[in-house]
Amino acid sequence: MSTTTTTRKKRRTPISVTSEWTPELIQQYDKEIARVAEGYKLDTYPNQIEIISSEQMMDAYSSVGMPLGYHHWSFGKQFLDTERRYRRGQMGLAYEIVINSNPCIAYLMEENTMTMQALVIAHACYGHNSFFKGNYLFRTWTNADAIIDYLVFAKKYIAHCEKRYGVSEVELVLDSCHALMNYGVDRYKRPSPLSTEEERTRQHEREEYLQSQVNDLWRTLPISEKEQDKKKEARFPTEPQENLLYFIEKNAPLMEPWQREIVRIVRKIAQYFYPQRQTQVMNEGWATFWHYTILNTLYDEGLLTDGFMMEFLQSHTNVIAQPPYNSPYFSGINPYTLGFAMMSDIKRICEDPTEEDRQWFPDIAGSNWLETLDFAMRNFKDESFIAQFLSPKLIRDLRLFAVLDDDTKNTLEITAIHDDSGYRKIRQAMVEQYNLSTREPNIQVYNVDIRGDRSLTLCHTQHNRKPLNDAADEVLKHLTRLWGFTVRIDTIKGDGSRELTHECRVRQK
Amino acid sequence: MTQIIDRRLNGKNKSAVNRQRFLRRFREQIRKSVSDAISQRSIKDIDKGETVNIPTRDTNEPIFSHGPGGRREIVQPGNTDFVAGDKVPRPPSGGGGSGNGKASNSGEGEDDFVFQLSREEFLEFFFEDLALPDLVKTQLATISEHKMVRAGYTTSGVPTNINVIRSMKGALARRMALRAPYQAKLKQTEAEYEELKQLHEENHPRLLELQEEIHRLRTKINAIPFIDTFDLRYNNRIKEPSPTTRAVMFCLMDVSGSMNEERKDIAKRFFILLYLFLTRTYKNIDVVFIRHHTTAKEVDEQEFFYSRETGGTVVSSALELMYEIISERYPTSDWNIYAAQASDGDNWEGDSPACREILVNKILPCLQYYAYIEITAYEHQSLWREYEKVKEVFPNFAIQDIAGLTSIYPVFRELFKKQAA
Repeated sequence: MSTTTTTRKKRRTPISVTSEWTPELIQQYDKEIARVAEGYKLDTYPNQIEIISSEQMMDAYSSVGMPLGYHHWSFGKQFLDTERRYRRGQMGLAYEIVINSNPCIAYLMEENTMTMQALVIAHACYGHNSFFKGNYLFRTWTNADAIIDYLVFAKKYIAHCEKRYGVSEVELVLDSCHALMNYGVDRYKRPSPLSTEEERTRQHEREEYLQSQVNDLWRTLPISEKEQDKKKEARFPTEPQENLLYFIEKNAPLMEPWQREIVRIVRKIAQYFYPQRQTQVMNEGWATFWHYTILNTLYDEGLLTDGFMMEFLQSHTNVIAQPPYNSPYFSGINPYTLGFAMMSDIKRICEDPTEEDRQWFPDIAGSNWLETLDFAMRNFKDESFIAQFLSPKLIRDLRLFAVLDDDTKNTLEITAIHDDSGYRKIRQAMVEQYNLSTREPNIQVYNVDIRGDRSLTLCHTQHNRKPLNDAADEVLKHLTRLWGFTVRIDTIKGDGSRELTHECRVRQK
Repeated sequence: MTQIIDRRLNGKNKSAVNRQRFLRRFREQIRKSVSDAISQRSIKDIDKGETVNIPTRDTNEPIFSHGPGGRREIVQPGNTDFVAGDKVPRPPSGGGGSGNGKASNSGEGEDDFVFQLSREEFLEFFFEDLALPDLVKTQLATISEHKMVRAGYTTSGVPTNINVIRSMKGALARRMALRAPYQAKLKQTEAEYEELKQLHEENHPRLLELQEEIHRLRTKINAIPFIDTFDLRYNNRIKEPSPTTRAVMFCLMDVSGSMNEERKDIAKRFFILLYLFLTRTYKNIDVVFIRHHTTAKEVDEQEFFYSRETGGTVVSSALELMYEIISERYPTSDWNIYAAQASDGDNWEGDSPACREILVNKILPCLQYYAYIEITAYEHQSLWREYEKVKEVFPNFAIQDIAGLTSIYPVFRELFKKQAA
């Protein structure tokens, strides 16, 4: 025992030397990775690693990663498409899928080599997992303990409805709900927590209560002329509402109770996935940063072979590759690249700040990198994360530039590049780009003609004159199906003027 | 604490239901593809899967998003030589400007949604709602036939069933077992006897005693029977019901001068469909091809479909031949017999009543099903009228007419429509 700790570390034997994996090896790697992750203070849910085959991976794909989904043709379509493209070799399957639940479930494909399994464990079981547990959006909007239970409830309930009311009837409702899924989230108000038990026991009560509420809303009492005039001024709802599905669930006049429940299920699932859509760059960046850091630490400890590292680095490099805008492989900014680069950049700013960094990031330059990264992971979403941490150095490294596309002009204009006058402008434009509320059209419930034909009016507040897409008419048909009466969209232009742009009429019986 | 679970053995077809849902939703489009495939495919590769195209606009799930137009500022990576203020021409793709993240996805937008229908699914669509008449009934009801199968050995039976080898093996074992204690003692006694013989005289009392003992043991050993009733083993056979999964299909076709290529082609397709349909129900199917003009002849498939020969028309000749073949080779106790006849309805006037006679008296009682299709665009003639009479008497007799290639499918369905139980 005369050797020093450092030399003893070097001499440790690698965990494995071949690329074959076994359950025992996975266990060993997981143990070591967990140890290192703990050293870096990653706080995670317990892990549940499931080994699956590629066919099962395709199954998991097509149900958007939900371990138990209700049945719907669109998942079948997704499956057929994935299967076809996979068979033709047009796409590889993801190495892993991870589910924000407690315990955190990660799927590993059996075809992966030992290196890939280790990479995936570090990435998903410790990277994503700690992000799910730590990030404020997930903490506020999702309930990892209850999601699996809720999905079981949803699946059973919908299967029950199919038996009782017919597959086609249920499909109609689901189709319409899916069309509005992105508008089934509360962006600001916190949802009530999910729990199967409560869901089941309260579901019946809710049905009756809701129905009675709806009837009350549509009560047609004789109203005196004067009162009627007064009422006309007041709108229903009094404030515009952003959660279209919620509004439908609570107020659609003709819906059956079970249809309302299905609307609710789709809405809840949309809400559950909403944080993932808001934190793609951060989430992937965080997980990529940690698999890179953890595996390098293990290598430094002598637990990984050189061959392992070569394979790992090759696949890591592929993941964070960013083709330039004019490359045939270009398909937008790679969230892995951006996220990984930003996370690494924060570490650099903390450990080794330049004069520029001190100017731009006086708070974090020279601080403890582990604490700063943890703070960043916990308290931001993509847009605010970029607004806060995108550094001039990174803008230079990625050679970012902003292009303005204005349909009133004949040419595109380069508005900013990676120079002193451009940094802030580029950062601002990036923030816009990752802001879900400007990326998706702003559509809200504006008014219901409760005393008249019960028609529903939505208003679309245009942002930078961007019109709605062609599918809007189709979506409106779905909305009309749920609402049961005429639905129209008023578009509010930049100058404040209103104009009726879309309408889907229902003939009065 | 990490838990590792191996899920590979779990079912992999979790999406099967969703896949079925998809097929169900686009039933009409898929059915049309299948229908087209049938009329365009060459006969021999009809039994395959099919690639189905569905226009993307039908499978798209609409959502609200921004359409092209308006003012948008996009950040791109990999700048090489732009400086702020540069004006660049709009790329030809238009709309989304220099392409935001979604450009590559929407690029595929106009293509069809393509997927592969498996062979089974293809046929499923094709045969949807169809079943051979009375099929289930005959299949379940005709398990009157039994087959004897070997099932090991028993200890009792008739002498003809004695299994000699097995019985002798048993006897040998028994003999060895019963002999064992005496044999050991005998060996020991003999050894002692030999030893004493060297030392003593012949009539030493101990020697005599031993001699006596050896004799006694030998007798005992010899008394063990060579074979005993206990050893006998008999071959055991039990009865097993053997369902008739055999079917024979007769294809009768008129190749007289009035059947032109086009009509033959229609008939051809009809037979193929029938054959395919039967392959799904029966493991072994014999197909007998009979072509006729004034005389009938049994031919092989190649000749049936492809050789050219013409003449007048005497339908009864084919029916006679068919009856002969049934009596010779296909006893109705063993075979389910199906027949399909295709003709243009042109028959020698005096022959048609004869056809009816043969059908009613000889053929139809043995048959599961007889389908007659008439491929003609004109008035029906004598044969049709005679057959209509037959149809009234026999429910397992069906006639239909086909006007052109496209009407095969509906006619086929009509003929083999599921009969109400």
